[in-house]
Amino acid sequence: MFQWTQKWVFALLSCLGMQNALAESTVNMPYGVTRMSHDIYNLHMITFYICCGIGVVVFSVLFYSIYKYRRSRGAKAANFHEHPGVEIIWTLIPFLILVGLAIPATIVLKDIHNTNESDLIIKITGYQWKWKYEYLDQGISFFSNLATPQIQIDDPQKTKNEWFLLEVDNPMVIPVHKKVKILLTSNDVIHDWWLPAFGVKQDAIPGYINENWIQVDTPGIYRGQCGELCGAYHGFMPIVVQVVPEEEFEQWVAAHMLNKTAVSNGRKAT
Amino acid sequence: MTTDRKYKNKRLIWQLSVGVVFMFGFCYLLVPLYTLICNHLGINGRGDFFVRDVDPNVKADLSRTIKVDFSTTVHGDFPFVFKSVTHHLSIHPGEKKLVYFYAENQSAQGITVQAIPSITPDDAAKYLKKTQCFCFTQQYFAPGERADMPVYFYLEPNLPKEIKEVTLSYSLFDARQYLKNEKPYTEGRIDL
Amino acid sequence: MNLTDDMATAHDHADHGPAKGLKRWLFTTNHKDIGTLYLLLSLTMFFVAGIMALVVRIELFEPGKVWVTPEFFNQMTTLHGLIMVFGVIMPAMAGFANWMIPMMVGAPDMALPRLNNWSFWLLPFAFLLLSLPLLRELVGMASHLIGLNLFAGAGAAPDYGWTFYAPLSTTYGPDSTDYMIFAIHMMGISSILAAINIVVTIFNMRAPGMTWMRLPMFVWGWLVTAFLLLAVMPVLAGCVTMMLMDRHFHTAFFEAAGGGDPILFQHIFWFFGHPEVYILILPGFGIISEVVQTFSRKRLFGYSFMVAATITIAFLGYIVWMHHMFTTGAPYAAQLFFMYATMLIAVPTGVKVFNWVTTIFKGELTFETPMLFALGFLVMFTIGGFSGVMLAIAPADYQYRGSYFVVAHFHYVLVSGSLFAIFAGVYFWLPKWTGHMYNETLGKWHFWLSAISMNLTFFPMHFVGLAGMPRRIPDYALQFTNFNQIATVGAVIFGLSQLLFLAIVIRSCQKHKAGVNEHLPDNVWDGGRSLEWTRLPTPVPYHTFETVPEIGPNDTH
Repeated sequence: MFQWTQKWVFALLSCLGMQNALAESTVNMPYGVTRMSHDIYNLHMITFYICCGIGVVVFSVLFYSIYKYRRSRGAKAANFHEHPGVEIIWTLIPFLILVGLAIPATIVLKDIHNTNESDLIIKITGYQWKWKYEYLDQGISFFSNLATPQIQIDDPQKTKNEWFLLEVDNPMVIPVHKKVKILLTSNDVIHDWWLPAFGVKQDAIPGYINENWIQVDTPGIYRGQCGELCGAYHGFMPIVVQVVPEEEFEQWVAAHMLNKTAVSNGRKAT
Repeated sequence: MTTDRKYKNKRLIWQLSVGVVFMFGFCYLLVPLYTLICNHLGINGRGDFFVRDVDPNVKADLSRTIKVDFSTTVHGDFPFVFKSVTHHLSIHPGEKKLVYFYAENQSAQGITVQAIPSITPDDAAKYLKKTQCFCFTQQYFAPGERADMPVYFYLEPNLPKEIKEVTLSYSLFDARQYLKNEKPYTEGRIDL
Repeated sequence: MNLTDDMATAHDHADHGPAKGLKRWLFTTNHKDIGTLYLLLSLTMFFVAGIMALVVRIELFEPGKVWVTPEFFNQMTTLHGLIMVFGVIMPAMAGFANWMIPMMVGAPDMALPRLNNWSFWLLPFAFLLLSLPLLRELVGMASHLIGLNLFAGAGAAPDYGWTFYAPLSTTYGPDSTDYMIFAIHMMGISSILAAINIVVTIFNMRAPGMTWMRLPMFVWGWLVTAFLLLAVMPVLAGCVTMMLMDRHFHTAFFEAAGGGDPILFQHIFWFFGHPEVYILILPGFGIISEVVQTFSRKRLFGYSFMVAATITIAFLGYIVWMHHMFTTGAPYAAQLFFMYATMLIAVPTGVKVFNWVTTIFKGELTFETPMLFALGFLVMFTIGGFSGVMLAIAPADYQYRGSYFVVAHFHYVLVSGSLFAIFAGVYFWLPKWTGHMYNETLGKWHFWLSAISMNLTFFPMHFVGLAGMPRRIPDYALQFTNFNQIATVGAVIFGLSQLLFLAIVIRSCQKHKAGVNEHLPDNVWDGGRSLEWTRLPTPVPYHTFETVPEIGPNDTH
């Protein structure tokens, strides 16, 4: 289905003469690297296929009628206009389909709420317009700012970095296979920490704390963005998470401990 | 006919207008209603925190241990330090604990602050009870003043079994715009 | 049985035609004039907000700054949303209500003609107030070019999205927020007065024999909408009043520092906001029902189920608002409740779609422009409905929310839903109103260009949204470039196509003014079933049904 769509899109793009960097364009939700993102992806696809199925039925009848019952083909209007039986059928069938969809959704939702038995707690605070990461047990705390040079944003002629607007100075680092609990809050307006590959999106709200969890099975660098309008530079506060093997994580922690700056709350460490 | 319809119109307009006025009022009614529901169900990590008298029959449930993490945030940009003295602890449901939070006014003027508590997971909020907390009222800090502020709390033994970790978070707000005429509540506060 | 006596005060000049010049429009109490005014306002604001959308789309043509600052970009998205919702869709629907409801129920006018005048004339001033900060800014920019510095230091126009979440709009909002608050108060009063008028008209002004179950679907759609308006516009008014108090009177409804709660804002806003989306679409459902049965030459299938479905949708609309807030951190049980309730809405909406399709089945179809727009509505609104079902699934919503997927979803239901219904309605009734048949070829061009470019604009947004592009960002990562370029090309084509619509409408009105009589039949589309087709001449005279008609079983929908 999606390959077909992609081909269609590709053909369209060729017509418009815009094939540059098409290989990078994706048309679907990422399958992701956590159990949660896999579950969400599957739910998304099930719902999508069911919608496609219903669409095929409804649109077939519609287009058949449009083709068959036109006055220019000599059609004469029939006289029926009521049938409680069909009404009940097409109320019940969608209802049952929805019940079928609700069951897996309920189970996955339960899993999102299960933040127990975490190995690591990271508190994430949204600022206008940057993120602050605090490793509560390790006492590590740092800000994560956009690393794309301003000139690349302002000047359309400048060559842009590969990860234009998706790169930061200090990424959040987490160990692979460990269950990481994230606590979210905000220092000013409402932000939203969204990392598609992890299947995580959670609001950061001033005065309140929210939680979610991540358990990544594949090391790598993952990127996301702020998901809630938070002012002019909402589009310029990306999220980068580096998932590393455990030993490497220990080294990273140790290195941070060495040149640890004073952890102060809500104020930039200097 | 004519007067009859005029009467009917008038009556209907009155009925609809009353409905509109009611809905405008209902919007304001939503505020206390929301607080009530939140406190009752623990939505948004709010709970019915304050208990004056602890039920003496509360027994610690030694079969379970809950990890409680503490988190602190200074909201906005004002010169204040606010940290938890204890980062986390383990507690049995029903067991009472005293923890301290350190605050320091780094500015040259007196600041009144208000701490806003919040608890995750949401389903745990209504089981966390406090008999003493610096968040119950606004707190005044003179220039340069430093203090340890107490929270005396326990988790009710009927805390749902699937909850094994609880986070208690405080955000400290500059409350100078929202001063209340209340007696400063500094019970248990240790000035340093 | 002459009802003009009732309206003696309002209809001083019942016997002569309308007054001349500006006075006619300022002081009119005629439902047709007021309907025209609403539609003209809507048309004007459609182009204003459309230009804002084009500013947004052109900025998003490629990564990096194209021509506007992020600050200005946010003002454009905000005003585009607010004006399209309150200034285009709602007034257009109110225009149809004014024109059609009295004729469809067999009444000489709305029940409260003077109030009607006032509910319209509040609106232009509300939108002037809403746009003043932007005008001030634009004049400032222009004066800067010629070396003057007018309005230097004046703040920005509203820039926090049409949902104006606290605290971004309260503590952190620009000064112009107060303009928006009062503009919303005025729009709210206007909508409430219009809704009262419509309810009273439908309850008390129906001609003898026009029973509840003989009302055309359009009237039913508007009756339910009017009750939704009466219930939620006061809540929006309360919400912005709280904002005003927070901003100026030291209350703390939404400010955590004073014991308030920013999440409360979202609850109150969406308690209004979710029924609001049904306010935008239910009258459209009504128009589509009329158009579909007319061009199928067949009675609407399952009329009573359509009525029941409309009422069910409205009722469910009140209890699903939290699905806009799944990621704010609600308890599991609350999320489950709102997920189930939201999924349930798909059932009555599905019933409506199935009934429309069955009405077409075994009909005698012709494909004039109104029917084309109605069929476009059927296909693309259904696609928007599908993405709605996907969004209802709470865990998946964690991934969709705040992304371009949502933008794609609500443009499918609002552009190819509400807006296409409005187009269908205009083409459907324009010959009846003016006595002049619009140019069918141009109408068909308008449809095909709109339908294709609308898909070109909004379909790729599904892809970028799923791939991770947040909404309301002025600039984006390289991987989203291709689809954004397609969307921008589509948007420009869509925008230009609407000039065709403008030309068609202006031409019809000119001919009407010139008094060209084409001798169109009373039942212009030879399938119309409601009173305006069966009982009134074409073009409809300035005053209709001054003698109350008797409605029999043959007049039914």
